[in-house]
Amino acid sequence: MKEKIAELEEKARRLRVAIVKTLHKSQSGHTGGSLSAIDMVSALYFHKMRHNPQEPAWDGRDRFVLSKGHAAPALYVALAECGYFPSEDLMMLRRLGSHLQGHPDSKVTPGVDVCTGSLGQGLSMANGMALGLKLDGKPNRVYAVLGDGELQEGQIWEAAMAAAHYKSDNLCALIDANRLQIDGEVAKVMNVASIADKFRSFGWNVIEIDGHDMAQIVRALDEAEAHKGAPSAIVAATVKGKGVSFFENKAAYHGVTPNDQELPEALKCLGCFD
Amino acid sequence: MIATRDAYGEALAELGAENDQIVALDADLSGSTKTGVFAKKFPTRFFNMGIAEANMVGTAAGLASVGKIPFLSTFAIFAAGRAWEQIRQSVAYPKANVKIVATHGGVTVGEDGGSHQSVEDVAIMRAIPNMTVIVPADGEETKGAIRAAAAYKGPVYVRLGRNKVANVFPAGHVFEIGKGCELAPGTDLTFVTTGLMTAQALIAAEKLKAEGISARVVHIGTIKPLDKELLLQAARETGAIVTAEEHSVIGGLGGAVAELLGEECPTLMKRVGIHDRFGTSGKSEELLKYFGLNAETLVEEGREIVSRKK
Repeated sequence: MKEKIAELEEKARRLRVAIVKTLHKSQSGHTGGSLSAIDMVSALYFHKMRHNPQEPAWDGRDRFVLSKGHAAPALYVALAECGYFPSEDLMMLRRLGSHLQGHPDSKVTPGVDVCTGSLGQGLSMANGMALGLKLDGKPNRVYAVLGDGELQEGQIWEAAMAAAHYKSDNLCALIDANRLQIDGEVAKVMNVASIADKFRSFGWNVIEIDGHDMAQIVRALDEAEAHKGAPSAIVAATVKGKGVSFFENKAAYHGVTPNDQELPEALKCLGCFD
Repeated sequence: MIATRDAYGEALAELGAENDQIVALDADLSGSTKTGVFAKKFPTRFFNMGIAEANMVGTAAGLASVGKIPFLSTFAIFAAGRAWEQIRQSVAYPKANVKIVATHGGVTVGEDGGSHQSVEDVAIMRAIPNMTVIVPADGEETKGAIRAAAAYKGPVYVRLGRNKVANVFPAGHVFEIGKGCELAPGTDLTFVTTGLMTAQALIAAEKLKAEGISARVVHIGTIKPLDKELLLQAARETGAIVTAEEHSVIGGLGGAVAELLGEECPTLMKRVGIHDRFGTSGKSEELLKYFGLNAETLVEEGREIVSRKK
């Protein structure tokens, strides 16, 4: 297991490099929230989820919903690393005619199952998937990554209520709680604390972790799968911009990409010297 | 006479027996929308989502993503109005196979008043890419439309009414998405109508005949995509078009026909409908009269437009 964790950590580091390079090339997109979510995305795509890059529509796959759709670069680099499409495609992010849209689009990107980007809607879709899979008696699980700022959307709580009501224990929400949103600190813009207490009171199984500790992420995903009778929420404390020291904990880097001067420094932070 | 929502309840339950991928969702109005008929027969395939329409739409999109054919229902104002952006983002943008069947469209909602009377839903649904918009005239057409919606792969919005409406189509009528129907021949003008106004147009055409005015009646069951050929032919052959709908004249059938004719065949035109106003409380029949949504108005407008031709 120790080796697996080290392998996943290395995967996440490589994907951080890919995120930085991709966003430097596109000069448009969301850096901070992609870097805060990538450890969890890595654990899902390279360890936890059953999926087949050679057959994106494989019936036996687990489903992934990036409810915080602006972290699309985190999803795209993982999909490319898995082999859903060539890594070179990442350099076309957000360009006219590219299959890598600004926010996830199931119509054009292999491996993407739903369209997200307008915040607050992904958990509803994930629960719909969970209900449908259960109805068919399938063992597939559904994972949704949400932002903490996103929890300000009322629809999230409608979905939280419904998932608990229907006992969707094949559903796991991962909350990337990086504590920052566009206008500043989540706690100051519109406080959503306590996230764990809120999900618990809605009837969810709640697991609180450090969202950058790979061993904790993997353990939480296993715990979530083992829990029956209620959906699970993994509330992950994260750092916006994690891995690049001068991006970390800065709301200003929500929708800003690394410029030419920042790129070499950012890559150095990630242990990438080429 | 049967309410289109009752026809929907029957049709959905029938389809449910034929195809086990069909599921239904409702937001605490299953008795009124008639999804309750399906719920009773197929309880495990029915999801009451409570009074939370936004989540209902997203849930339906998720169900569609794993291969189900979800029919979701609530009143038109809450489906199209309350959950518009969820329909746009989660259903229409990905082209999800979700069927939105909204009941209680228009002013015939009655006593509940303006808050509950959707007079804009066709306009706002029609504006969304990938969306098909259907407004049946009667129970038979509703049954056909529900069947066609289930067979079609992609988002569909069907607008139904609360009250019993006169029969227009014979039993077993086959509905084809995008096809209008000429229900009465005529050469002096054409009534282009949808929903409950089609029955009114047939009455109006009879009355005008007695005055020597020959009115064609074209029913448009699918507002989007519009049956352009049938409409352009009517415009060219009769030279005058009167549209009628239980909806705002802005953006609905009248709007769609005006856009088409304005660009492709400028024709004398008049739109009968709700003129940029909200509804109000009252009995359905009183409200139809109050807003001029009846055969009498169509007779007057028919006469008027024919006189303008000269």
